[in-house]
Amino acid sequence: MTLDIATHSQPPGFSIGQYAICLRGIVWREMLRFLHQRERFASALVRPLVWLFIFAAGFRQVLGVSIIPPYEVYVLYEVFITPGLIAMIQLFNGMQSSLSMVYDRETGSMRTLLVSPLPRWFLLSSKLIAGTAISLLQVYAFLAIAWFWEIEPPIVGYLTVLPALILSGLMLGSLGMLVSSLVKQMENFAGVMNFLIFPMFFASSALYPLWRVRESSPLLYYICELNPFTHAVELIRFALYAKLNPAALGIVAACTVVFMIGAILAYDPAHGFRARQGQTGGAA
Amino acid sequence: MARTVQVGELPGVSPFRRTDATIAHVSREQLQSAGSAALSVEGVSHSYGLRSALKDLSFAIDPATFTVLLGLNGAGKSTLFSLITHLYATQTGSILIFDHDVGRASGEALRRLGVVFQSRTLDLDLTVMQNLAYHAALHGIGSREARLRAGEALERVALTDRMRDKARSLSGGQMRRLEIARALLHRPPLLLLDEPTVGLDVDARADILDHVHRLVAQDGVCVLWATHLVDEIGTRDDVLVLHEGRLLAHGRASKVIADCGAQDVRTAFMRLTGRERETSGVP
Repeated sequence: MTLDIATHSQPPGFSIGQYAICLRGIVWREMLRFLHQRERFASALVRPLVWLFIFAAGFRQVLGVSIIPPYEVYVLYEVFITPGLIAMIQLFNGMQSSLSMVYDRETGSMRTLLVSPLPRWFLLSSKLIAGTAISLLQVYAFLAIAWFWEIEPPIVGYLTVLPALILSGLMLGSLGMLVSSLVKQMENFAGVMNFLIFPMFFASSALYPLWRVRESSPLLYYICELNPFTHAVELIRFALYAKLNPAALGIVAACTVVFMIGAILAYDPAHGFRARQGQTGGAA
Repeated sequence: MARTVQVGELPGVSPFRRTDATIAHVSREQLQSAGSAALSVEGVSHSYGLRSALKDLSFAIDPATFTVLLGLNGAGKSTLFSLITHLYATQTGSILIFDHDVGRASGEALRRLGVVFQSRTLDLDLTVMQNLAYHAALHGIGSREARLRAGEALERVALTDRMRDKARSLSGGQMRRLEIARALLHRPPLLLLDEPTVGLDVDARADILDHVHRLVAQDGVCVLWATHLVDEIGTRDDVLVLHEGRLLAHGRASKVIADCGAQDVRTAFMRLTGRERETSGVP
């Protein structure tokens, strides 16, 4: 065996096939890591199921839900909060991915990714796609269990919700990636839980319809309207019933682009936060 | 595949396996006659806020040479490596890898570069083979070719029998050997190693140093080896002495020693850095 070190005579650039190989490799690696962390899969499922089985059952009689689009009949509270719980799975998955990026950076393994010769925007996008793919596994596992709890959207809804899940997964994943570029150490991540995940989740339409929020607090209503997570929930809610919410689609798509650009810039060695802190890819 | 001479199993003998076919595959002269430097650093300075880490660094390294970057902790070695690997953007000056600017054409530069970082960067939950396959994918190498190269690379570092084991189960020396194998999987002509022997015992250190020297002699790989351990420098090695962000000397170790009027590298380093009267600092 010899080392053919003649790579400096290779044609410049990378083929589409090489990009595809790289994407597949990153998705495969994230899947393997996810499968190795069985407790992560269990906790990703337990969290929304606790909300569905316990919280929703308890509040069924307290929180009435009128007929609002996309529903055409009165629905049980469990049915109403299901899209919110789906988005919650993706929100937590996005933050879990960003947590693992902070961990990778601390342990130095992030450098393996960042010294790849393929463009950094592509590497980060691939990581984002991998995270979204994992969230899809979690969501469909949740929907399968929820079906036994009489959460039965139309069969076609399981298909039409897929593009919405991909888009919302990308949005929440890129938000997580952006957050990971700002968080210096693992220890600081508890703050992310308190100041980002919980406010995003509760100040949204995940647990209660916005008309009810407006009745009690107009200010909170406007905050909910400004929250991108609200629109991810509504996009999923409509898609689950084979309907399109154009406003939610537009906002989620726009937020995805903005967060993604922000995350890519944040990890750019010339412009990013990490470059200014001298910590791109791991401690120097 | 080349016939291999297995020497790894004998006690006290390097676990790396020699491959006959590597000898004279690419001559040092052939590579050096190509003209371009393997690594060219020109006027590079870098600072973190007000703290200056590198000050107007300029040097060039020829292909197929072994160069030691010698400096104490905090000398700026890791910052320099982060600039060469494009983890940081160059603030001043330029860095070229085989004539490709790391800042402007990072892809072309990085595909010619293999890196072993100071901290372990293996994915401990993945197997040895999976770690190599992941690295191959990051360089756009297809799975069939990746399996082939990984098999050869593992044979070379005597880890074939561990290919299905999780990286976490390897010893420190084996992890380092795996990282070197991984860094060479895409067959780069330039290999950077940042303090690769930290935390290893004497035998493992000697094995890795010997293996990397062979990569230079037999395969024509250019190696930049960062260390703060003077006993890793041979008198025939090229040496770059970095101290507080400044390059104090560059040349054949024997010449640096002679120029300093010293008897060995340790004394030369002490004189260059003005620490001659100090007893600590350089192991």
